Amino acid sequence: MNLRRDVFQAIADPTRRAILLLLASQSLTAGAIASNFDTARPTVSKHLQILTECELLKQEQNGREIYYHINAKKMKEVADFIEPFRQMWDDRFNKLESIMKKYKSK
Amino acid sequence: MEQKTKVNAENGKQELVITREFDLPLDLLFKAYEEPEIVEQWMGTKVLKLENKKHGGYQFETTDPKGNKYGFSGAIHEFIPNKKIIRTFEMDGTPFGVQLEIYEFESLTNDTSKLTMHVIYESVDQRDQVLKLPFTQGINMAHNRIQDIVSKLK
Repeated sequence: MNLRRDVFQAIADPTRRAILLLLASQSLTAGAIASNFDTARPTVSKHLQILTECELLKQEQNGREIYYHINAKKMKEVADFIEPFRQMWDDRFNKLESIMKKYKSK
Repeated sequence: MEQKTKVNAENGKQELVITREFDLPLDLLFKAYEEPEIVEQWMGTKVLKLENKKHGGYQFETTDPKGNKYGFSGAIHEFIPNKKIIRTFEMDGTPFGVQLEIYEFESLTNDTSKLTMHVIYESVDQRDQVLKLPFTQGINMAHNRIQDIVSKLK
C-alpha cells in the first residue's frame, strides 16, 4: 500500500485526534492508550503507526516497554496551520447536511 | 479534489471567510440555523436560548465527557429568513473576545445552496489565536463522538 502519510491525513481522523489529546499530558504504552478506547486493539495500533509515520508521535524505549509521546515540534506546525480549523467546520457542515437530508425525507 | 468547505484567512487581516455549498435546498439549510432542536444536533450543543430576531440573543452550552460546561453566547443584530443573519459570538469565560458573524444564505439550484460566513475579530492576534484553537475543539468533538458511539453500544 502506498498511502500518502501527511499530518493532515493523520488528524482528519477523530480517534487519532483523541489519541493526541490523551498523549498531550503524558507518555503512554500502546496498551495503556488502547485501554482508553472501545476500538479493537489492532485498530489502535494502526492509528499509532500512522501518527508515528507522520512524526506526530515519537517512540521511546523504556526497559521492555515502548512509550509513545507527542512530537511537540511537529504538532506546532500543524496547530499553526489553518487546516484543522477548516476540518472542524467541514465536519460540522457535513453533519448539518446529513441531518437535514433526513429531515427532508420525514 | 474540490473541497466543499473553504476557509479564506489572509495574512495580517482580522477577519476570515468560510464558504460551503450544501446539497440542500435553501430553506432546509436556513432551518438548520433557525430551529433550536436542529442546531443542537449538528452543533453538538445544548440551546438554552435562541431568539431569532433583531435585538434578540442566544445562549448555547456544551458539556464535555468529564462534565465540564462551556458557554457560548451572543446578540442577534439581524435575522432575515432564508437570507441573512448577523450576530456576535463569544466563548464565555475565555480571553478570545467577541467576534462579529455575518451569515449569508443563497440558493444555487432547487436542491443546492451556499453559505458564506464572514467573521470579524477584534484584532489580527485574536483571529490567529482562534484559528489555532480548533485543533483542541476538534479533539473535544472527537471525544463527544466517541462517547456517542459508546453510549449507543450500552
